[in-house]
Amino acid sequence: MKTTIIEHTDKNEARSVRIGVYVCHCGLNISQTVDCEKVAHIASGLDGVVVSKGIGYACSEPGQHEIRNDIEENMLDRIVIASCSPRLHEPTFRQLMLSSGLNPYLLEIANLREQCSWVHMKEPEAATAKAVDLVKMSVSRVRRLFPLYEETLPLTQKSLVIGGGVAGIQTALDLADSGFDVVLVEKKPSIGGTMAQLDKTFPTMDCSI
Amino acid sequence: MTDVGRHPRIKLLTMSEVVDVKGYVGNFDVTIRKRARYVDEKECTACGECVKVCPVVRPDEFNMGLSSRRAIYSPFPQAVPSAYVINVNECLGHNPAVCAKCVEACEKKCINFHMSDEEIVERVGSIIVATGFDPYDPKELDEYGYTRFQNVLTSLEFERLVNAGGPTGGELVRPLDRKRPASIGFIQCVGSRSTRKGHEYCSNTCCMNTIKSTLVLKEHYPDINIKVFYIDIRAFGKGFEDLYKRSRRLGVQYLRGLPGSIEELPDGSLKIAVEDTSSGRLEFFSLDMLVLALGMRPAKGTRKLQEMLGLQLTPDGFFLEAHPKLLPVDAATRGIFFAGCAESPKDIKETVTQASAAAARAIRLMHSGQITSEPITSEVIAEHCNSCGRCAEVCPYNAITVDVKKKTPAVVTTAACAGCGTCAAECRFGAIVMNHFTDEQITEQIDVMLSEHASEKILTFACNWCSYAGADYAGVSRIQYPPNARIIRTMCSGRVDENFIWQGFMKGAPVILVSGCHIGDCHYINANHWTEKRIEKVHKRMEKLGIRPERLQLEWISAAEGARFAEVMSRMEKIRQSVSEIETKETIKTVKNYKKADAEK
Ligand code: SF4
Ligand code: SF4
Ligand code: SF4
Ligand code: SF4
Repeated sequence: MKTTIIEHTDKNEARSVRIGVYVCHCGLNISQTVDCEKVAHIASGLDGVVVSKGIGYACSEPGQHEIRNDIEENMLDRIVIASCSPRLHEPTFRQLMLSSGLNPYLLEIANLREQCSWVHMKEPEAATAKAVDLVKMSVSRVRRLFPLYEETLPLTQKSLVIGGGVAGIQTALDLADSGFDVVLVEKKPSIGGTMAQLDKTFPTMDCSI
Repeated sequence: MTDVGRHPRIKLLTMSEVVDVKGYVGNFDVTIRKRARYVDEKECTACGECVKVCPVVRPDEFNMGLSSRRAIYSPFPQAVPSAYVINVNECLGHNPAVCAKCVEACEKKCINFHMSDEEIVERVGSIIVATGFDPYDPKELDEYGYTRFQNVLTSLEFERLVNAGGPTGGELVRPLDRKRPASIGFIQCVGSRSTRKGHEYCSNTCCMNTIKSTLVLKEHYPDINIKVFYIDIRAFGKGFEDLYKRSRRLGVQYLRGLPGSIEELPDGSLKIAVEDTSSGRLEFFSLDMLVLALGMRPAKGTRKLQEMLGLQLTPDGFFLEAHPKLLPVDAATRGIFFAGCAESPKDIKETVTQASAAAARAIRLMHSGQITSEPITSEVIAEHCNSCGRCAEVCPYNAITVDVKKKTPAVVTTAACAGCGTCAAECRFGAIVMNHFTDEQITEQIDVMLSEHASEKILTFACNWCSYAGADYAGVSRIQYPPNARIIRTMCSGRVDENFIWQGFMKGAPVILVSGCHIGDCHYINANHWTEKRIEKVHKRMEKLGIRPERLQLEWISAAEGARFAEVMSRMEKIRQSVSEIETKETIKTVKNYKKADAEK
């Protein structure tokens, strides 16, 4: 286990950054309401944005391929994807970052599908304005993100099971049979719990022990 | 059971209790107190010679006091470990040996009065809580006469009476006169499903347990007259309905209605008055014996363990799982799992299923031998920390330690931090950095959002797990709502710093919405309690500053409440329309002055 007190360095200072912005059409899911090209165009003028474009399906293999190429060619170091909810594809795009040699935490997703095109279907202009705001917010946020690293810590491959009734016994045996050490703690002088007191049990009507 | 005793990988500690748990997922340090048994567990062959000489006779708990045992005894014939045990409180004397008859009787010399309680420390990677339940205590519900009439038994006492290994060898007799009863009644839901006495929940197993008992009885005594008094018979499991039908076919009478009064007749049988709610008639029966189908209640040590492990309980007092559908055996604290009735009343099959699930979840966690910690955790900037202790107080995971007296700066245990951000929101000295959701990152989002047309926008904070997901759900369901909202996602509503709200108002936000998981559903144990308190505080301050408090709203929206999210948005839009440009301008000035005064302090 590691505890951290960090020396707080210049994490938040603006540095020169190279941002790529991708405005996903999601087929027609986004593009039939939100003017994706307009959003991409406005984003291209934002501070630090090197590449900004519409993209058919960002999560598809060709889509990811295109982004990966851009990262390489333009030495992008941060990515904004304006697409569906981060709850859906954040893991996908974090993986893409990793495979392009970027830190997966230098990614920001603007939610244009669940928060714009699907909920303001009859107001394309307002939906587009909202999309522009969300992308602007994401770009300025991605500028201020800093790389984060997962830590791996050693783990003790042993379980404590508290209680020696049916539940505790079954868990202990499953764990032990799978090769893990178990400490089984029981308050009473014997394991067995309430079950040991029962004669026959439903639904099989056989002995419980 | 014997497999457990023999398994090379299982260390069995009986007469033991967990007294302290330190550390976190992957490496918990557990202190266990093992009470002295006074009989060598490994050497005792369970020959039983000691019992023959022990002069102390006591009721046998295993047989619910229906038989007796000595001060040195075996808990029950199939016990694991099989070693005998001495109850020191009953034993006549070991100091110095007043009696010590058993010591002489034991050939293997395994009785040792000098044994003392031991403290054992174990380091483990995961913990499974399988502490079971306690049966309901029927003394409280005395209209059924449990304390007054000898022939009123609990279902557990009844179990021992019909058990071949029990005090009567499985012969059913009345406690009063040891005669075989010709009629017997079962009263259901004792201690369950009542708002008056006992508990409101259904104990899940008592219906089937009674049905089983009637079948056992009918098998041994085909002509016995059995009546079951019930509210509903809940025979919902696989094969259950079949047993119920079999019981009815064998002539067991099921009567809908719980007895109102019970009297003892001179011969010890019981006169019962009951309203049959299916016919509306008041009926009287006289039965030789009555059995109370006891419900389950949380085991006695539940609360202590809950505090020790930092877990939560349901309002009923059972352990609360991390998610009722998707994480039914995980605790909200990583590395801890539930199995069996500790989590809620359940039958054996369900218990075994859940136990195996808990084992699988623990294996999933442990198999690689390491854990990766999420980097979205908080960090302390030591030189800004004032050692006030606030962060440690609010952290739902006890992940922060501060020595307030010694004035040492706060320390976050990264492995324990779940990343809710509450500490960062509560620290008044800006000493905590919540990674990936820093003050600067969020403030920047607010500023950019409100840099143009601020008066048209609804600044919305939504927590990742519930409200943001609820907004997604509105999208998936294509529920339309006003397009003014701009959502800023945080992991937990607990992250929403008071300053974010002031910042919003200073930048001209007409209205602000803070949203999170419903109280009790928070994904960070109870971090949203702090959100609630904080908003309350800001509301008071707004009132003092002459800003309409309704411009800041707090809403709990779950992941399934897409429609509610849309509805809240429409409501926010109405409030937004009620805010004039002059009002927001006034607010900007007021808040700026307030922040300036605050900074000078
Ligand atoms: S990334 Fe999301 S929005 Fe884009 S194509 Fe894939 S699913 Fe659709
Ligand atoms: S010493 Fe205690 S346990 Fe042993 S025979 Fe005497 S009373 Fe019984
Ligand atoms: S709340 Fe802030 S100042 Fe107080 S102990 Fe925690 S980090 Fe230090
Ligand atoms: S972020 Fe939440 S879990 Fe982590 S230390 Fe702060 S209060 Fe505790």
